[in-house]
Amino acid sequence: MHVLVCGGTGCHASESEALLENLKTIITDKGLDNEVQVIATGCFGFCEKGPIVKIMPDNTFYTQVTPADAREIIEEHLVKGRKVNRLLYVDPENKEQIADSKHMGFYKKQLRIALRNCGFIDPENIDEYIARDGYEALAKCLTEMTPQQVTEIMKKSGLRGRGGGGFPTGLKWEITSKSVSDIKYVVCNADEGDPGAFMDRSILEGDPHSVIEAMAICGYCIGASNGLVYIRAEYPLAIDRLKTAIAQARNYGLLGNDIMGTGFSFDIELRYGAGAFVCGEETALIHSMEGLRGEPTVKPPFPSVSGYYGKPTNVNNVETFANVPVIINKGADWFASIGTEKSKGTKVFALAGKINNVGLIEVPMGTTLREVIYEIGGGIKDGKKFKAVQTGGPSGGCLTEKHLDSPIDYDNLIAAGSMMGSGGMIVMDEDDCMVSIAKFYLDFTVEESCGKCAPCRIGNKRLYEILDKLTQGNGTREDIDSLRNLGNVIKDTALCGLGQTSPNPVLSTIENFWDEYIEHVTEKKCRSGQCKSLLQYVIDAENCVGCTACARNCPVNAISGERKGIHVIDQATCIKCGACLEKCKFNAVLIK
Amino acid sequence: MGEVKSLADLRKIKEDLRAKMSLRENSNNPESLVQIKVAMATCGIASGAKQVMDFFIEELEKRNIQAVVTQTGCMGYCFAEPTVEVTLPGKDPVVYGYVDAAKADNIIEKYIKNGELVDGIIPVNYETIEKN
Amino acid sequence: METIKLTIDNKVVEVAKGTTVLKAAKEAGIHIPTLCYLHLHDLNIENKPAGCRICVVEIEGRRNLAPSCVTECLEGMVVSTHNIRVLNARKTVLELILSDHPTDCLICAKNGNCELQTMAQEFGIRKIHYEGEQSTYREDTSPAIIRDIDKCIMCRRCEMMCNEVQTVGVLSAVNRGFMSVVAPAFERNLDHSECTYCGQCVAVCPTGALTEVDHTNNIIRALADPTKTVIVQTAPAVRAALGEEFGMEPGNLVTGKMAAALRRLGFNYVFDTDFAADLTIMEEGTELLDRLGRYLGGDTTVPLPMLTSCCPGWVSFFEHQFPEMRDIPSTARSPQQMFGAIAKTYFADKIGVKREDLVVVSIMPCLAKKYECQRDEFSTNGNPDVDFSISTRELAHLIKQSNIDFDSLPDEDFDNPLGESTGAAVIFGTTGGVIEAACRTAYEVHTGKKLEKIDFMELRGMEYIREATIDFNGLPIKIGIAHGLGNARKLLQDIKDGKSEFHAIEIMACPGGCIGGGGQPLHHGDSSIIKARQKAIYREDAGKTIRKSHENPFIVKLYEEFLGKPLSEKSHHLLHTHYFDKSKDVTVE
Repeated sequence: MHVLVCGGTGCHASESEALLENLKTIITDKGLDNEVQVIATGCFGFCEKGPIVKIMPDNTFYTQVTPADAREIIEEHLVKGRKVNRLLYVDPENKEQIADSKHMGFYKKQLRIALRNCGFIDPENIDEYIARDGYEALAKCLTEMTPQQVTEIMKKSGLRGRGGGGFPTGLKWEITSKSVSDIKYVVCNADEGDPGAFMDRSILEGDPHSVIEAMAICGYCIGASNGLVYIRAEYPLAIDRLKTAIAQARNYGLLGNDIMGTGFSFDIELRYGAGAFVCGEETALIHSMEGLRGEPTVKPPFPSVSGYYGKPTNVNNVETFANVPVIINKGADWFASIGTEKSKGTKVFALAGKINNVGLIEVPMGTTLREVIYEIGGGIKDGKKFKAVQTGGPSGGCLTEKHLDSPIDYDNLIAAGSMMGSGGMIVMDEDDCMVSIAKFYLDFTVEESCGKCAPCRIGNKRLYEILDKLTQGNGTREDIDSLRNLGNVIKDTALCGLGQTSPNPVLSTIENFWDEYIEHVTEKKCRSGQCKSLLQYVIDAENCVGCTACARNCPVNAISGERKGIHVIDQATCIKCGACLEKCKFNAVLIK
Repeated sequence: MGEVKSLADLRKIKEDLRAKMSLRENSNNPESLVQIKVAMATCGIASGAKQVMDFFIEELEKRNIQAVVTQTGCMGYCFAEPTVEVTLPGKDPVVYGYVDAAKADNIIEKYIKNGELVDGIIPVNYETIEKN
Repeated sequence: METIKLTIDNKVVEVAKGTTVLKAAKEAGIHIPTLCYLHLHDLNIENKPAGCRICVVEIEGRRNLAPSCVTECLEGMVVSTHNIRVLNARKTVLELILSDHPTDCLICAKNGNCELQTMAQEFGIRKIHYEGEQSTYREDTSPAIIRDIDKCIMCRRCEMMCNEVQTVGVLSAVNRGFMSVVAPAFERNLDHSECTYCGQCVAVCPTGALTEVDHTNNIIRALADPTKTVIVQTAPAVRAALGEEFGMEPGNLVTGKMAAALRRLGFNYVFDTDFAADLTIMEEGTELLDRLGRYLGGDTTVPLPMLTSCCPGWVSFFEHQFPEMRDIPSTARSPQQMFGAIAKTYFADKIGVKREDLVVVSIMPCLAKKYECQRDEFSTNGNPDVDFSISTRELAHLIKQSNIDFDSLPDEDFDNPLGESTGAAVIFGTTGGVIEAACRTAYEVHTGKKLEKIDFMELRGMEYIREATIDFNGLPIKIGIAHGLGNARKLLQDIKDGKSEFHAIEIMACPGGCIGGGGQPLHHGDSSIIKARQKAIYREDAGKTIRKSHENPFIVKLYEEFLGKPLSEKSHHLLHTHYFDKSKDVTVE
């Protein structure tokens, strides 16, 4: 028998260590240590109800277990085989106690569709993919369905572009299929560039065939026989696996001429990107593939009408494609039954930041941020207080406590001032300064702007400079107005999606953390202590004994005071090096 | 495996493969193999998954344990890389996180040989779609 | 024609399908300001990267403001071009552009002639609310063009001219974001690139980022030097454009005032490049007849078609891009260089001045001429045949600096002997002119008959590639004409592919020919100006008593006294040249 005790940080904070000790001691006392093993595990992702204890093999799941409960669990459950009902998890909906963890709601918080094979099959073995229904959808499309029927399924499924924009995939396919041309292209956008995001990389590394299959389906649907994957060169493993997979698919006759004897031909080539964020924008991506400077052009014309070398081109992102074979196999209705009214299916997120379970998750649309952060992500690191979560990467906004319970979907996130983006999700805690966070994202956008349009090229630089001024303690109230006006004008006038969304981190933090901005300019204070320039070193008169150690060590002679008298730091001269704090033996130097 | 020439071909191949895979996955047959999957995405490799995989391959052979060690993609537990999923015949898969050579040794000696769970289990916290 | 109805500023407008909001507004009398946008209508050149975002308008139902230059009108569209949202956005964007632009307007080459400056003035900008770091880039000085990229606003007009129109491919955007600039690849300098110095980039630059190398001070110094005899030659296209610099309507001919102004500036002799143009026709026309004669006589090695060689931008172009075909162009030097060679030999001897003490200045509509006169093969013992070449714009500055009231100047004549010219010479200033002038002479020389009709209307026009067959008394001569290097490339490619049937081709690097040259007064996107200059050129030709080069009495005299006959040994030495393979001259520093 095994007793599993959650050793995740969240549970650790709520005395799981003491619980573990108690369990072990009592088991030894009772001489059960040969039969029962106590194991510390990683986070169950249910920190809200921690500490968690799970008894194997019967899968009993106890929540909010205190060290004092150890004896009862052992004596009742392990010795007598009776479950301790009061510690069982209570379903919040029907108030029933649930013993078996497999039936608990939170296990269903994550549903893997796009990631269905990731971490399950060997990505370099096409057989394993085929054994998991691989290429069944393609075969079905080619042999049993017309392209129009495929479009209909895609439209009905409600799948929307997972790259961030959320354009209905079926509609895009339909438009491209209706564009008349001798040559058309299917392009897979694998130019994942959000800081901290790696959803697409993981899919290509873990399940490349699902993307290949979907591209072929798309080709059949829109009448294209050429597929291109635009992938950043700094994804060498994904490139390797994709190449292997393409070669295997060709060997099996699943790519190439006359696939499965249906007369349909389709093949895929790779195009490498140099890692410019803006090349994730579809027109910039196409220009980059054409060998031109990777910068966007005005739409219309949309790539569906005039794309790669002027030919109709259907561009979808990796995750979007990964959903396609499942939709064909399990039907549009099944897919549409998952998610919210206007956002169907699931979304993969890369959880990062001040969260315990940094990692890749996939949840149905409509899951709340709270569920993602606390139940899947295991809550905030070191038991700190949640402050904000950034979705949509540099194009998104910072959402706060008040948004935690709103269901995640395309429209809700936009309404809240952020966006879905490609799926980066960065969690911030009380130690994060929101002005600095906005500055961090602007730094990224300034770096990644292509430089074509003036609002993005110059405007974002100015936003960054003003934010920098604020973090240096030189900001004014007018600067905040400037940020707002400038941010809104950039949104209004920039050429492409990158520019139009780049002010979001600033605007959303001003909106949601107004007080913090005001503090930075009026009180010259940074409550999280991240803005070094805003710190003040002061000498506590109560503790100062006048030893002169601080004054002697101050490199700029900012400290004055008589021997044995109370010393004072001249704030105008102080360079905030911290030498005084280090030298003071009496805890008389404080940071304010 | 030859070329897939039709849907029937594909289905047949699938059935063959599925039988083979399910033998590995779900068999209650105690003689069947131990299956070990090492998450070998970029995050895993960066944390040392390659060395862990090599360790399993070499050590299992040395210690004369019949096992299949394969690579797989990202399991999503990036916070705990390298991650390894161990499936003992007839049992549910167990995922271990933060696996290094010492931990791998521990897993072989305790879990694979004796069925004793060891510290560092990552509870699986998702559902995946059912097969057709 | 399918039309569309939409509302712009509460005004219902009906336009053809496919019309942009910008054009529709213009038709309705609403002037939406633009900065990066450029449309040379008569030359079919358009630049609309939609990058500056100045021309944004509000379209009902759209989330963002739309750039009117590229947004097509749709039925029922409701457009607002100047509500507060639009005005604020436009002004903010302009302030942003200004915040990354030096404010040294007072000492900028484009002061008073800068589209950004004009816009700041029109918008009433008094304060830049978003000051910050300015992007900087090293200055690049070449023989003809200065790139002061700190003043670049990324309108990309130069890039469009260099790549799409000229297909020279030197300028393109490099670096990213705030550090983006337009530069030659690998950040080479212009003089290490394939640049032809055609100056079309300068002609369209809205700011002071691209300007000519200014030689006015050298000229002031030379004029002030008592030991020097300073003579000047003026190219045909200058007289049709110089007036614009003094507020005159485009198309005003100022030949007489120009001569008067040059005399007042202190030039010892005011001559005319047109004289040398007549000389060019003698040499080049004879060369054409010579090649044709040999060809018709059965010599298949004769390089045909013969290409004109009076345009230095064009010469650089084929030296860089088609070096293997460098035996095809005529070996005749350009009029500027023929003038210099004759001036520093024949004329210098005539007035008894040593070569070193004679300074030859040329006034050119062109920037490539600055480069041409510096080419090694056009100097003797380190003394160039032409010392300084200045543009029409620089001449205007010089006149203004010297307190000359151009408007009130009387018409004066050029000096002799190098100032006399014919109508054939003046039409060198427009596309089609050189070949027409050549035909006038070649016809009469070949047939021995007098031309019935001097005007070859079939060779005139603005279409980029034109062709005509001229009957030389039973011998059909196939003539091709191209202006704009991109169009020249097409004809060259045909020759390379063995598909060309022309006997002679005239090529001018600049769209429109020299009237549209890189040294001319700035047209600021109004191509009707170039058309007006063309009309003026033909007017000047029509008004001349002598209209055929071989009838120029001073040309006749020059051959009698000095050269002998066309293609003589002396001619070869002074009036002809050879070309180089420059494809390998492009280097990375």
